[in-house]
Amino acid sequence: MTKAIRRIYVALIFIFLYAPIATLIVLSFNASKTRAKWGGFTIKWYVELFQNRDIMEALYTTLLIAFLSAFIATIIGTLTCIGMNGMKKRSKAVLMGITNIPMLNADIVTGISLMLLFLSFGIRFGFGTILLSHITFNIPYVILSVMPRMRNINPHTYEAAMDLGASPVYAFFKVIFPDLLPGILSGFLMAFTMSLDDFIITHFTKGAGIDTLSTKIYTEVRKGIKPEMYALSTLIFVAVLLLLALVNRPVKEETK
Amino acid sequence: MLKNKKKWFAAPFLIWSVGFILIPLGMVFYYGLRDKSGAFTLENVLAIGTPERLKALWLSLLLSFIATIICLLLGYPLASILSKMSRNQHSMIVMIFILPMWMNFLLRTLAWQTLLEKTGVINNILTFLHLPALNIINTPYAIILGMVYNFLPFMVLPLYNSLTKIDPSVINAARDLGANGVQTFCKITLPLTVPGIISGITMVFVPALTTFVISSLLGGSKILLIGNIIEQQFTQASNWQLGSGLSIVLMIFIIINMIITSIFDKDGEGAVL
Repeated sequence: MTKAIRRIYVALIFIFLYAPIATLIVLSFNASKTRAKWGGFTIKWYVELFQNRDIMEALYTTLLIAFLSAFIATIIGTLTCIGMNGMKKRSKAVLMGITNIPMLNADIVTGISLMLLFLSFGIRFGFGTILLSHITFNIPYVILSVMPRMRNINPHTYEAAMDLGASPVYAFFKVIFPDLLPGILSGFLMAFTMSLDDFIITHFTKGAGIDTLSTKIYTEVRKGIKPEMYALSTLIFVAVLLLLALVNRPVKEETK
Repeated sequence: MLKNKKKWFAAPFLIWSVGFILIPLGMVFYYGLRDKSGAFTLENVLAIGTPERLKALWLSLLLSFIATIICLLLGYPLASILSKMSRNQHSMIVMIFILPMWMNFLLRTLAWQTLLEKTGVINNILTFLHLPALNIINTPYAIILGMVYNFLPFMVLPLYNSLTKIDPSVINAARDLGANGVQTFCKITLPLTVPGIISGITMVFVPALTTFVISSLLGGSKILLIGNIIEQQFTQASNWQLGSGLSIVLMIFIIINMIITSIFDKDGEGAVL
């Protein structure tokens, strides 16, 4: 009895979370141009999507920024964790406090503050400013996912490797790095996702002439969203779903 | 020797955070506390005192408070059920909540328009079942729904993390000593999950309080939250001083929130990840 109630409860929340997604997928097959009515089934938006230069360009920008910002943030974040491991408690706490600022601060304030920075230093708004901003809010996600792994590492294994004649770099890559890897990977994935889904910070730091998918959608809101957008997001969603279904199996036991 | 060298690895982040976190925040204060000629003034901060802006701030506080409570009430039982599932399903559970983020945040929120409209999906279902129609689109209720929808995962994940950290033998001990379900929950489970609760509240309350997207997508154009007012100062009015001044007001609430979090969650136990 209670088990049934639990199942129903989880199912209801699940419906709540995924109803809009199902809606978008349905809309991507809607022949009618307006989302208000159903005009029959079609796949023409999927065909037109690839001929729409604006959308393809925004997709390219979005993916490039997500990849670069996640990649750079992963390197800086992982180095930071190694560094913090060798620090005194006090400086570590200060650094962790700084890490938490972009996490706890409102996106609108982060966006505005970066916009003011670029304005004051006369940096031209565009790809570069978006990238810098995304790296900034991505680093904390990497640190927070690598740090717990760092804490669990036994320092003696590293020392043992050094005693046995390994160079520090070799010892690091042979002993420490494999233990950190799951944390690094999930940090990268998290950063990539956050960058991809960000609208607010990009909105304030992008400048004219460049668009990510989010900012493009925002400008389309008043005129009505192009159905190709629904098709694109459906494709992305399905691709990620398949990818995760594949990847999740072997990783399952490692990420505890 | 080795330890001393190691800490330099954190140098890139330290430089980065000074340049892109601390100095920019300083900029907000620099602009917010100065007038256009550059003289010190509190005018931009006190500008929150107009009836329209106070109303927006009050509405933001009210809606984000309600949304946070709803997230907590919906999220706690959910996290509790999920935490009793098998351990190796952990990454699957996290994925269920992160997966929607791969569909654009704006599109997901817009989809609620289609669902909530007068002739939308939900109303069609309600009419079919001979139930009264739901007219909440373009009202504050739709904004609350949008907040709960977008930020519920940020409540569930920290709760889930702190619930899975509870040693089951502590619960068993309480039951062995004669506590009933309610007593065990109030005396053991609830106190042990306080870090998760506080962390969840922060993660939901701050973005809900400061949103301008959810209100403009689901609230029609009539309902202004404090986020909308600040956003307009930057993108339409180009009055950075005023926009920064109003952001300082917003930051006061965020800082209060951060302080409360750090008091209750010293070891970062309730972290999202």
